[in-house]
Amino acid sequence: MDDALLRTLTPSVIGVLVRRGADFAAAEDAVQDALVEAVRVWPEDPPKDPKGWLVTVAWRKFLDAARADTSRRVREVRVEAEPSPGPGEEVDDTLQLYFLCAHPALTPASAVALTLRAVGGLTTRQIAQAYLVPEATMAQRISRAKRTVSGVRFDQPGDVATVLRVLYLVFNEGYSGDVDLAEEAIRLTRQLAARIDHEEVAGLLALMLLHHARRPARTGPDGRLVPLAEQDRRLWNTRLIAEGVDVLQAALARDRLGEFQAQAAIAALHADARTADETDWVQIVEWYDELVRLTDSPVARLNRAVAVGEADGPRAGLAALAELDPALPRHTAVAAYLHERDGDPATAARLYAEAARSAPSLPERDHLTRQAARLNTRLRG
Amino acid sequence: MAKYLLLKHYRGAPAAVNDVPMDQWTPEEVSAHVKYMQDFAARLESTGEYVDGQALSPEGTFVRYDGEGRPPVTDGPFAETKDLIAGWMVIDVDTYERALELAAELSAAPGAGGKPIHEWLEVRPFLTEPPTITE
Repeated sequence: MDDALLRTLTPSVIGVLVRRGADFAAAEDAVQDALVEAVRVWPEDPPKDPKGWLVTVAWRKFLDAARADTSRRVREVRVEAEPSPGPGEEVDDTLQLYFLCAHPALTPASAVALTLRAVGGLTTRQIAQAYLVPEATMAQRISRAKRTVSGVRFDQPGDVATVLRVLYLVFNEGYSGDVDLAEEAIRLTRQLAARIDHEEVAGLLALMLLHHARRPARTGPDGRLVPLAEQDRRLWNTRLIAEGVDVLQAALARDRLGEFQAQAAIAALHADARTADETDWVQIVEWYDELVRLTDSPVARLNRAVAVGEADGPRAGLAALAELDPALPRHTAVAAYLHERDGDPATAARLYAEAARSAPSLPERDHLTRQAARLNTRLRG
Repeated sequence: MAKYLLLKHYRGAPAAVNDVPMDQWTPEEVSAHVKYMQDFAARLESTGEYVDGQALSPEGTFVRYDGEGRPPVTDGPFAETKDLIAGWMVIDVDTYERALELAAELSAAPGAGGKPIHEWLEVRPFLTEPPTITE
């Protein structure tokens, strides 16, 4: 029983049903039903042609549902018993589904949920568990999302940038659960990169691989956050780093820079340093300059101030920080760090404690509290 | 998406505009209030924003550890403590503004005379998981 194969086939099977005249919402439901049946039947009786089996069963489920429904939807089913194979060779159904599920009319949370179900082949329960909401809530979120895109034509090209934002969200804000959302985001981005030749798709894939490589070193045995400078770099996954660097270099060679390539380049420079002291901060600042130019993002500016503090000293970092809005998330934490490096532990301790009170996550709050406690202990002694 | 706690206080929040104790309402007004709350939760579920809702008994007890091998020490109940939580609702929404909007809607639940209570609700963000990409 190959769960990965089933999930890879999911979007293309939905695509076949849509091409045969099913509307997207009904096709998506029918394919979910077929997946459940596959899980039940395949271990005993594996099909020779898994995709053909799924298409046949899903189509039957779709017809059953349409007949059970009022005559309204049956009228819309033009082909009844034996459908024609339909076109589909020239258009990639899986790619079209990425676009549909990331449609700009959807809120980010809806686009994420719909992508994980229709493109990723996850069940509603798995998605609900991953995002820590009740299954009924997630089911409603998905069905509303399907209604929102019900009028969208399936065969129109979408915007790659919206798809990338959705995949970035899955990777970056993934909660822990049965489903590893970081792995899933990488799988979906890899699958997208195999279908569309686009430098920013490659850039995002590289960014994910390079960050995922650090995962074993990012948290201590007690679950505490380990900052980049203190990570045991021997724990970094060199295979993922090598792949990320290869993907990034191929993308950069096309000379069409974008925000994900720039972020991946920064991650690659960190990956390249055997110790924190060997980090090429001057080059990292240059990449942040590019990133700020590309995105004008306040978060990029904040991270740039940290890099400037490393490249040109804490005073330069504090000067860069002074130009930014103090209300930015993590601004106070950065100020604390730079003040400590500038030899002012009293100010740093006060700022670390203040940053802990406004930390957006528990591990960060614990980390910042520990930093304040460390400095306060030293100041007392 | 971010999760928020909408916290309802028996005591400790500023006074509501329509500040009449529930036992002074008519039975119909009580029923209308309960229905409003149920409908609100059902609507949030249908928009994919509902996570949890619970009500708490007004009476609680303070408990603390009292040393190895000794039973826990209890104190109270404290009927007159300053702050008293009545219950909560947890929502999962796209923006902070949406959280405020929903809290305001909940605060408009009907009370005495069938008029909105305008009670003060506390909105508290949940601490999340840290992001994967940090630099």
